[in-house]
Amino acid sequence: MTTTLETRDRLAPGAASSSLVEWHYAPSLEATDHFKLASRYNLFIGGEFVAPHSKRWFETINPATEDTLAEIAEADNEDVDRAVREARRAYEKVWRKLAPSERAKYIFRIARLIQEKSRALAVVETMNGGKPIKESRDIDIPLAAAHFFYYAGWADKLEYAFPNRNVAPVGVAAQIIPWNFPLLMAAWKLAPALAAGNTIVLKPAETTPLTSLLLGEIIQEAGLPAGVVNIVTGGPATGAAVAGHKDVDKIAFTGSTEVGKRILRATAGTKKKLTLELGGKAPNIVFEDAPLDQAIEGIINGIYFNQGHVCCAGSRLFVQESIVEPIIRKLRDRIGTLRVGNPLDKNTDVGAINSRAQLEKIQELVESGIEEGAEMFQSSCSVPDRGFWFRPTFFTGVAQSSRIAQEEIFGPVLSVLTFRTPEEAIEKANNTPYGLSAGVWTEKGSRILKMAAKLRAGVVWANTYNKFDPSSPFGGFKESGFGREGGMHGLAPYVSLS
Amino acid sequence: MSESLVASTPIFTPAVFRRSLGDALEMAHGIDAVAADERAASLAKRSLKKESKVWGLKLVIGMMDLTTLEGKDTRGKVWALCQKAIRPDPSDHDIPHVGAVCVYPTMIPFVKQALAGSGVHAASVATGFPSGQTFTSIKVEETRQVVAAGADEVDMVIDRGAFLSGDYQKVFDEIAEVKEACGPAHLKVILETGELANYDQVRKASLIAMFAGADFIKTSTGKVSVNATLPVTLVMLEAIRDFHHATGKKIGMKPAGGISNAKLSLAYLVLLYETMGTEWMTPDLFRFGASSLLNDVLMQIRKEKTGAYQSGDYFTLD
Repeated sequence: MTTTLETRDRLAPGAASSSLVEWHYAPSLEATDHFKLASRYNLFIGGEFVAPHSKRWFETINPATEDTLAEIAEADNEDVDRAVREARRAYEKVWRKLAPSERAKYIFRIARLIQEKSRALAVVETMNGGKPIKESRDIDIPLAAAHFFYYAGWADKLEYAFPNRNVAPVGVAAQIIPWNFPLLMAAWKLAPALAAGNTIVLKPAETTPLTSLLLGEIIQEAGLPAGVVNIVTGGPATGAAVAGHKDVDKIAFTGSTEVGKRILRATAGTKKKLTLELGGKAPNIVFEDAPLDQAIEGIINGIYFNQGHVCCAGSRLFVQESIVEPIIRKLRDRIGTLRVGNPLDKNTDVGAINSRAQLEKIQELVESGIEEGAEMFQSSCSVPDRGFWFRPTFFTGVAQSSRIAQEEIFGPVLSVLTFRTPEEAIEKANNTPYGLSAGVWTEKGSRILKMAAKLRAGVVWANTYNKFDPSSPFGGFKESGFGREGGMHGLAPYVSLS
Repeated sequence: MSESLVASTPIFTPAVFRRSLGDALEMAHGIDAVAADERAASLAKRSLKKESKVWGLKLVIGMMDLTTLEGKDTRGKVWALCQKAIRPDPSDHDIPHVGAVCVYPTMIPFVKQALAGSGVHAASVATGFPSGQTFTSIKVEETRQVVAAGADEVDMVIDRGAFLSGDYQKVFDEIAEVKEACGPAHLKVILETGELANYDQVRKASLIAMFAGADFIKTSTGKVSVNATLPVTLVMLEAIRDFHHATGKKIGMKPAGGISNAKLSLAYLVLLYETMGTEWMTPDLFRFGASSLLNDVLMQIRKEKTGAYQSGDYFTLD
């Protein structure tokens, strides 16, 4: 059965509004005239933007309008090889020899330049990725700057992170990042690698290359020695070339578990260091003593933040059976108040799906949920004609064995399951190949500590969800990957200790 | 396939309403302060269309309890306030009258006279306002007298001393008695949230007041250092929403104190709209307790009409 939920705007008007104007928010559009995108972006190799050897460019679009934003160079094997050679040269000749305190100055400079250009970066992030401007403005860009600030501080203090050891860089790092938090993921990858003295070949996601390329311009402006950071754009073939290059010492990948497994196979038997941050199907567990209205906010933020394109999204909601009714009722009501639409509108809560391919994947899994007999609740909000959109959705009557309870949807779709006891919650929550994150909602402190200890997840949030900080490590258990990013732990993959 | 959890249970059928402290305490779960503050702050960032802004500002005027609660209140002062309440801006006939004029009990007969035929309600504080530290019999008698004197609305205070010492029964019984003494007059129950220490207590006090018979719940007396805030109002509205779901009864909300400019008053309307829907956007279910807010709202309305801010001297100080 499928229920279409009324949105707040369609509620019957009350006595006060019957004879008067309805209550509407303004389309409050973030300006886009304060910067200009180039019509074509080349590869950032050896400190310069250079035309690709491939002589091929592909279009990058705005998923909210399907308009083309710019042409992006497609790097082939030759281009990748050139980028790795530049990175190797910069590593041997310059970066590894530089005093750590000097490295720190460059990284601080990048952080400050991101802050200075934050307005343009936020708008481009939103235009290229589809996420609401309030998220790119308040979360993505400030956090990206914060990561550079944080790791700049570590650059000349590495011996304190690894006491009684000799700390050296690893060498050339190949870093492949996803499309859900383009600039932020670039920051997560670049900042610790640079602080520890490595040089980098960064491969942004195919659908969201723009902010990484703007970061290339920032790196140029910051005067970073040529070749320390190289940025090669392209599709899966480019990514495979970057990960598979024989002169790369370290691979850091964030993306799907499927590709992660492929990289793991390809690196077997090599000396390459590897960290993987992959998918998730996180449990968000609500106990009967939880602060209910705040738990609802946490559930909403957990699954509809960034259209659910979040590897740590709380996509499996576990509700204690005694509070299923109020939770479902409140969730239904709250979904009707979510504002879906133009991501550049400051009032927008849920933006556009990142790509047509992702939209099709979401649709396919939602179809499977309906076929398997789960009950679907979906907002009736209107969505624009052009672009890729999916209305906020949740399913009840979901079995642990359903595909929508097992597979990562990576969209604004929540599966609601129930439990009776804490033990059952732990058992069901851990019963997944993933283990990236989890949420626990209860007023009882001791229960939070017990749950956190038993949940097989890299991050456990208590009475909150999707909170990030550069000082806090992030990473997975099981098929959600290995290695940690953020915090002191995030330095470990980028140092060799003796 | 598993049976639907939602369809199988009649979640929208309200239970029978009982005047019961037990029911109130049962619904009084905790509030996560960090998350409540975040939610209120995020709603305050919404931006409004021009027509909605003007519509909202007029609604704010209609929802206003224009208040003077000072030892030095005189008939002259109160009379001027009543004139302002009836015609907030004599040069603009689109501007509605305010919801009520709120005064101390002895002013009620005079206020009633001044407001006669205007549609503006006469509201009186009562029950040993603002501390509430007097005998229950006196609180009840005071209520009876202000209603007899013509008060349409009574703003009572709860006994915070009893509440904080855990004597919820006393708080509950007193509200129930005052409600009875109110007769046809509407009862607003002031929780004085600035003295309740945290949101858990605010929710608990809200539920006790509603189950004991409050028609409105109100944040503050305006006589302590912390008055209405957006998150406190959010927490109280959520309690009102839960009470409505449980009993089918609609209770009003009145933030009071500290709401002194138009922009902030619109943030309260956004909070109200997103939490309760348009159903609650009426003076029957939402009021602002304020003394200095009106002129700023008038100034903003005129700015929207003329495109320019006018000097404060064009708005009367009453």
